[in-house]
Amino acid sequence: MENERSEASETREMIICRDVHKWFGDFHVLRGVNLTLTKGEVVVICGPSGSGKSTLIRTINRLEEHQKGDIIVDGIELTHDIRNVHAIRKEIGMVFQHFNLFPHLTALQNVTLAPVYVRRWSKDKAEEVARQLLQRVGIPEQADKFPGQLSGGQQQRVAIARALAMQPKIMFFDEPTSALDPEMIKEVLDVMIELAKGGMTMIVVTHEMGFAREVSNRIIFFDEGDIVEEAPPDRFFTECKEPRTMLFLSQILTT
Amino acid sequence: MTVDVEVMKPPRTEVGALGWLRKNLFGTWYDALLTVGSVAFICVVLYGVFNWALNTAKWGVVTTNIKVFMVGRYPYSEVWRIWTSVGLFLVMALVSLVVWKRNVTKARRGVTIAWVIVLLLTIVLLKGFGDLPLIPSVPINIWSGLMLTLALGIVGIVASFPMGVLLALGRRSSLPVIKVFCTTYIEGIRGVPLISVLFMSMLMIPLFLPPSIRLDNVLRAMVAMTLFSAAYVAENVRGGLQAIPEGQYEAGRAVGLNEGLVMVLIVLPQALRAMIPAIVGQFISLYKDTSLVVIVGLLDILGVAKAVTGQREWIGTQKEVFAFAGVIFFVTCSALSYASRRLEKQLGVGER
Repeated sequence: MENERSEASETREMIICRDVHKWFGDFHVLRGVNLTLTKGEVVVICGPSGSGKSTLIRTINRLEEHQKGDIIVDGIELTHDIRNVHAIRKEIGMVFQHFNLFPHLTALQNVTLAPVYVRRWSKDKAEEVARQLLQRVGIPEQADKFPGQLSGGQQQRVAIARALAMQPKIMFFDEPTSALDPEMIKEVLDVMIELAKGGMTMIVVTHEMGFAREVSNRIIFFDEGDIVEEAPPDRFFTECKEPRTMLFLSQILTT
Repeated sequence: MTVDVEVMKPPRTEVGALGWLRKNLFGTWYDALLTVGSVAFICVVLYGVFNWALNTAKWGVVTTNIKVFMVGRYPYSEVWRIWTSVGLFLVMALVSLVVWKRNVTKARRGVTIAWVIVLLLTIVLLKGFGDLPLIPSVPINIWSGLMLTLALGIVGIVASFPMGVLLALGRRSSLPVIKVFCTTYIEGIRGVPLISVLFMSMLMIPLFLPPSIRLDNVLRAMVAMTLFSAAYVAENVRGGLQAIPEGQYEAGRAVGLNEGLVMVLIVLPQALRAMIPAIVGQFISLYKDTSLVVIVGLLDILGVAKAVTGQREWIGTQKEVFAFAGVIFFVTCSALSYASRRLEKQLGVGER
């Protein structure tokens, strides 16, 4: 009985971080982070810059390497085995602050690149899926333009489509709206809200508290390399106890 | 309600050819003086050149020896093989131009493969094989003239490019052995003049190879030019690689591409495109440096030119002969830089 339950919960837990440590040289960035995400959960991580929140999600798909602790994504343990790393990266779609689109490829080619070369789809199938995704993020007419010809908001939406093209089970957003002009933030957030409501498991590093309030299941306040406090959004803003959290909230909510 | 706005034309002296002249050439009294002076100088020089070229110069030295300039000692009965190769190249160039201009994406791979085949075919055709009745072997040793210049240039360019890319990647490798080897190679080659590399290849390559294998002098020169040029290409490519932001690698990895695919699909296309002017510059200088093979006893077009002016009946015709060689170099180098500009334009779409 006991075993059965733990097995069942294994499959429902998409991400498990146990006592994850990371150092940049002597600098201790992540100090024993414990985090568990269940399927379909949307978690918003906020915190001052330099607190390690971006590093945490970059560690989970091995853009950074952690030095101590366990990370398990959808039952696959993150080890030095390159096959595990690739398997985990296929599960996780990532959206970056600065979009990081491939400037020498059109929007459509940006989206089809990985499905064709990693998933080995035919070009026709990949293009069909890519066009559907561009439709979903609201820019089907921009398919044949190059990133340099698109606005920031459009570029970020192409980046979301590119991540979705690999049909990931989890999506990471690393400050997806921080580099955008204010009038473009909403178009990107709308896409993310639609994704969250569609049941995608998501970790979003952002200071967009409106987004956090609307769709997140949990808000995590992150500081000095560890989780300080976490709570569902309805309680987070009113019931946080830590002075650091209150200070941070007062800073971002007034501006 | 419409508002009548009187459209005032700018003064006649400010626009058009007259305005341009006035603004750029006769703006002030010293501008005018400079303009008149330069025009007079240009006229005198041009008159001198044309007067010499049309009246004094004995172009007979070029027309009589044109075969020697072009193919050197290549047996005349076999010259049709050269014409066939040139024809093949022209056809290929035409096909590529059409395919790239019309943007027929599907045909590109075919054309690229065809180029490789044509290149190999040309080598076989020009060199021939001892026993074949139609194309008897022509020893590479007697290749000379423009043919040798082009052969050295083309082989050098085609071979040093991939080698340079590999060296550049090796120099940025995280494996210490590869990194140290590539860095030493690049810095070593860049530390010596091409002439010494040519001498070394003439003297040293036979020492390393077993006595049963004998490389022709021309082949040795090709090897030397390639090894030399590759080091410079590698540094250019490395410059391009360094300009690619880390975010591009990360985005590639994040969508699940392995390191090799990230390099081939994302980083190299951008790095090489950014470096086209520098790499083509290196190729042009390689092409012109082929004339240094005279020093190791090969007759490229300049070597032939020198030999021709030594003939008794053509003594005193250096000007004509070297002017001709200069024009040939100018035309071929211009073709190279034209090709590079087209390539840049072709690939420059959507640059950020």
